[in-house]
Amino acid sequence: MEFLRPTTWAEALAAKADQPDAVPLQGGTDVMVEINFSVRRPPALLDLTAVPELATWSRDGDRYRIGAAVPYSTIIAELGGALPGLAQAARTVGSPQIRNRGSVGGNLGAASPAGDSHPPLLAAGAAVEVESRERGLRTIPAEEFYLGVKRSALLPDELIKAVRVERAAGPQYFAKVGTRNAMVIAVCSFAVALHPGERRVGTGLGSAAPTPRRALEAEEFLAAELDWSAPLEPALLARFGELCASAAAPIDDVRGTADYRRHAIAVLARRTLTWAWQDHLERRAA
Amino acid sequence: MRVTFTVNGREETAEDVWEGESLLYVLRERLGLPGSKNACEQGECGSCTVYLDDAPVCACLVAAGQAQGRRVRTVEGLAERGLDPVQEAFVESGAVQCGFCTPGLVVQAHDLLERVERPSDAEIREALAGNLCRCTGYEKILDAVKLAAERKAAAR
Ligand SMILES: Cc1cc2nc3c(=O)[nH]c(=O)nc-3n(C[C@H](O)[C@H](O)[C@H](O)COP(=O)(O)OP(=O)(O)OC[C@H]3O[C@@H](n4cnc5c(N)ncnc54)[C@H](O)[C@@H]3O)c2cc1C
Ligand code: FES
Ligand code: FES
Repeated sequence: MEFLRPTTWAEALAAKADQPDAVPLQGGTDVMVEINFSVRRPPALLDLTAVPELATWSRDGDRYRIGAAVPYSTIIAELGGALPGLAQAARTVGSPQIRNRGSVGGNLGAASPAGDSHPPLLAAGAAVEVESRERGLRTIPAEEFYLGVKRSALLPDELIKAVRVERAAGPQYFAKVGTRNAMVIAVCSFAVALHPGERRVGTGLGSAAPTPRRALEAEEFLAAELDWSAPLEPALLARFGELCASAAAPIDDVRGTADYRRHAIAVLARRTLTWAWQDHLERRAA
Repeated sequence: MRVTFTVNGREETAEDVWEGESLLYVLRERLGLPGSKNACEQGECGSCTVYLDDAPVCACLVAAGQAQGRRVRTVEGLAERGLDPVQEAFVESGAVQCGFCTPGLVVQAHDLLERVERPSDAEIREALAGNLCRCTGYEKILDAVKLAAERKAAAR
């Protein structure tokens, strides 16, 4: 095995172009488990933690750009106000030690349907910046990034550079079902983001289908039916839950059955929308 | 490959490191620092917790090569001028039974007390959520962290 340690982004892209089967390594919280258990023996590890710009975030007005290797602990400490959905999801990842290392870029690279970053990125309408030496930079909307279980739109010679997320224009919530409050892979998860300016509600489902996905019908339903100045109607809330559950295509596994997951998605959808709506009405009243 | 980094204030070099090797393996097997324990090698138990620069991490999930040029502080490094108050409090509170989880808990609790002077029970539980103990039932560990917090605050 080789250990490649570029110190600039250009060197990193060159390394990946020359050796597309090199496995990128950031926090190692997915990769090192596989190496320790001999699940993976790649010809090379491409350590990206010495590339400074991947470890920082920046903003340009309301547009936030989070470097691929920024750890969850930084997102929690510094971005909770601007990106509440993503920060809430970050708080539920693993343990403090895992959050000090694990990153959104690594979560995207792993592209697990259970990854906690994905639902809030989908709900917020985030985009993933990827780059290769040969073809340069391209920006992939989050909803086009996930292609299958642990498969993404990232090509073999590309690296994830950053995620781009707009500052939350309205309330955002993330909720996750698991057996305890720490160290759990989601049985299922759900994120909601209100976009009051566009009279739109964004959604994201996790661990409920082969890929993280939006509940598009549920979003369209709310766009058509929601009265943005009134309390939520119980019938509307119930229908929203049903439509979110029907967007799921879950499986039975050790963590839960498909039926349970569909049920739980409906509950989480109603619950998070209720929280978000309460905040929304309070902000209107203020 | 060769990896050079600072461990507990001293620069150390490990030779013939396998590229997929963890920082935990290098510390224990190559640098003679068996304080950090190897229990799960998958980030689940926290018994390998060490500081990497200023953040506590699972050494089993850090590739040795990623530590190149960085600072590592292990449980041994907390005791360089006598036991740290956290270590003393663990002993006095009966928070140690078999001791396998102790080094990781000590480092993690040390970090908490560096950041929060008087943590609440909820904060302590949250900070230690990634450290498993199969013996104590955790109550004595909570007592130890609170005792260490009091002593540290009194010494300030
Ligand atoms: C104990 C434990 C608990 C966990 N709990 C959770 C949890 O609650 N929720 C959750 O979502 N996840 C959890 N995880 C999984 C993991 O922590 C996350 O997926 C994390 O986001 C991975 O980030 P990383 O930087 O450590 O990735 P790494 O392990 O470094 O990489 C992960 C994948 O992404 C690829 N990759 C990394 N960086 C790039 C890049 N810049 N460009 C292209 N590809 C790249 C790697 O090659 C690899 O395939 C847990 C893991 C452990 C060990
Ligand atoms: S040995 Fe590293 S977390 Fe268990
Ligand atoms: S004292 Fe035995 S595992 Fe904690």
